Amino acid sequence: MTRDEIKDLILEIIKDIDEDADFDTLQSDLPLRDQLDLDSMDFLDIVMELRKRHKLQIPEADYPQLASLTSCVNYLEPLLKNI
Amino acid sequence: MPFSLDKAADCYDVIVIGSGLGGLTTAKRLSYCGHKVLLLEFHHQLGGLATWFKRKGHIFDVSLHGFPYGMVKTCKKYWTKEITQSIVQLKNIVFDNPQFSLKTSFDRLDFTALLNQKFRIPQTTIDRFFATVAGMNFYDDQTMTTRELFEEFFPGRSDVHRLLMEPITYANGSTLDDPAITYGIVFSNFMNKGVFTFEGGTDKLIGLMTEDLERNGVTICTNAKVDRIIVEKGKVRGVEVGGRTITAPAVVSNSGITNTIQDLAGRDAFSTDFLAKADAIRVNNSSCQVYIGLKPEAAIEDKGDLLFTSTAPIFDSSELLDLHTRSKTFSIYYPKTRPGHDRHTIVASMNSRFDDWSTLTPEAYDTEKQALIERTLVDLNRYFPDIEEKIDWLEAATPKTFNRYTLHTRGTSFGTKFEGLAVSRSIFKEVGGLFHVGSVGIIMSGWLGAINYGVIIANDVDGYVRSL
Ligand SMILES: Cc1cc2nc3c(=O)[nH]c(=O)nc-3n(C[C@H](O)[C@H](O)[C@H](O)COP(=O)(O)OP(=O)(O)OC[C@H]3O[C@@H](n4cnc5c(N)ncnc54)[C@H](O)[C@@H]3O)c2cc1C
Repeated sequence: MTRDEIKDLILEIIKDIDEDADFDTLQSDLPLRDQLDLDSMDFLDIVMELRKRHKLQIPEADYPQLASLTSCVNYLEPLLKNI
Repeated sequence: MPFSLDKAADCYDVIVIGSGLGGLTTAKRLSYCGHKVLLLEFHHQLGGLATWFKRKGHIFDVSLHGFPYGMVKTCKKYWTKEITQSIVQLKNIVFDNPQFSLKTSFDRLDFTALLNQKFRIPQTTIDRFFATVAGMNFYDDQTMTTRELFEEFFPGRSDVHRLLMEPITYANGSTLDDPAITYGIVFSNFMNKGVFTFEGGTDKLIGLMTEDLERNGVTICTNAKVDRIIVEKGKVRGVEVGGRTITAPAVVSNSGITNTIQDLAGRDAFSTDFLAKADAIRVNNSSCQVYIGLKPEAAIEDKGDLLFTSTAPIFDSSELLDLHTRSKTFSIYYPKTRPGHDRHTIVASMNSRFDDWSTLTPEAYDTEKQALIERTLVDLNRYFPDIEEKIDWLEAATPKTFNRYTLHTRGTSFGTKFEGLAVSRSIFKEVGGLFHVGSVGIIMSGWLGAINYGVIIANDVDGYVRSL
């Protein structure tokens, strides 16, 4: 997957979690949590969805890597390179 | 419709033992992830403590007194739209005790006004207190107790301590001596928007959840008490139930954490280090309840939805647990709570210690139970003076009743104290494929806590099963 595809994937998962999420003013480098009102359960949903869709196993210690859109893409890029 | 055990296959991806809200949610999430799931429940009815029973045309809810607004988001994400749409606010929460009497919507705005105007607490202190509890996380420092938290912000103000603590003691059994985070997290959840309930009653909720599980392909068997979790070479192999062996690479127990370790898997399955931690787990208190059904034609004035009442001069965690406590909550169910049903019912709830009841002789037990009902009627008379003439059903439950129905160690109503959470969460690192879900650590209890914990554990199970 390209960086843009990964970004779209994350946004699509977030949209499934919260259909009212507003991406218009979303800044890629700032924490998702503050901008979209996501809580720790929402991040768990993202982890579970990534495992379901792409068989990705993200250890709990790596959850902080999912903080912003940019950090998500950086973290997932090598893991999703062959998909 | 749930099946009897003979309809179950011999092999599944995951077996869930127990259908409390934690077990139901784990089963739902795992089936959603594509696993073949078997849910086994000892009782004839699903729901665990989220239960109800029918008497003479009345329907009594056992644990539907109120939950935080967070249930809306949680049910929307992990259950169905229909379930979410039935969540409604309980607007009138009443406190009545020798220190103060007031009515509140039990949210931050109203509490701020009350604390400021009625209790004369400076606005800056109130704001600092709310900011402190709202910032609490379960991985924070646990050395501070709730008593210390209250003394820091409201020194010597036993009335304020009572206002802040009494409802939470009923909601999760925590005391002034438990870690402040177990108070702060739950209190902040409620303060977000107030207290909510499920319109249509517990039976409707569990019915909708059951339908949803069946749509997702979960096999559900009731009257199926698991006798043993089979552990071989450090890994789970399946369960023994009703004389059968059913295998699965992962087993999730929604039985109590103490029951799971001591009775179901058995001590032999664990290391001595782990057992030392498990043996240190303290279970939470149990409950007493008195169920009061009013005659079909009887009407009562709206005196509030949830009444926190006490005649004890000051709040004291141990007074609330006393066999003869003078403190109780009344949940009043008006016909609006169950559209289409015309009855008024009242449920009085008290916290209680299992040992106070289990050690009584059968005669003394009956006498105490009768005395409990009589004390409850005296208290209820203060709010509804002519209530006795309107009653046509009266019944009481004690910690022994809760123990009999859920099998939980010492009839615990709210799982374990804080230390139970770490043991529950790490059990699969001890025995491969063995997981626990259900009320632990105070914060993972209650309807919202149990459902959210079900999601957290489902994620652990899914990760494990997919790594095999
Ligand atoms: C009196 C009372 C009032 C409450 N009021 C509220 C309230 O107003 N709001 C709120 O949010 N929470 C309330 N609670 C707490 C809330 O009901 C519980 O925290 C929550 O329902 C517990 O869910 P759980 O997943 O831990 O499982 P439980 O409800 O404890 O269920 C466990 C299930 O496992 C089954 N089981 C156990 N062993 C076996 C076995 N060997 N084989 C098969 N099945 C087995 C049991 O039969 C049971 O069905 C109240 C609790 C009590 C007791």
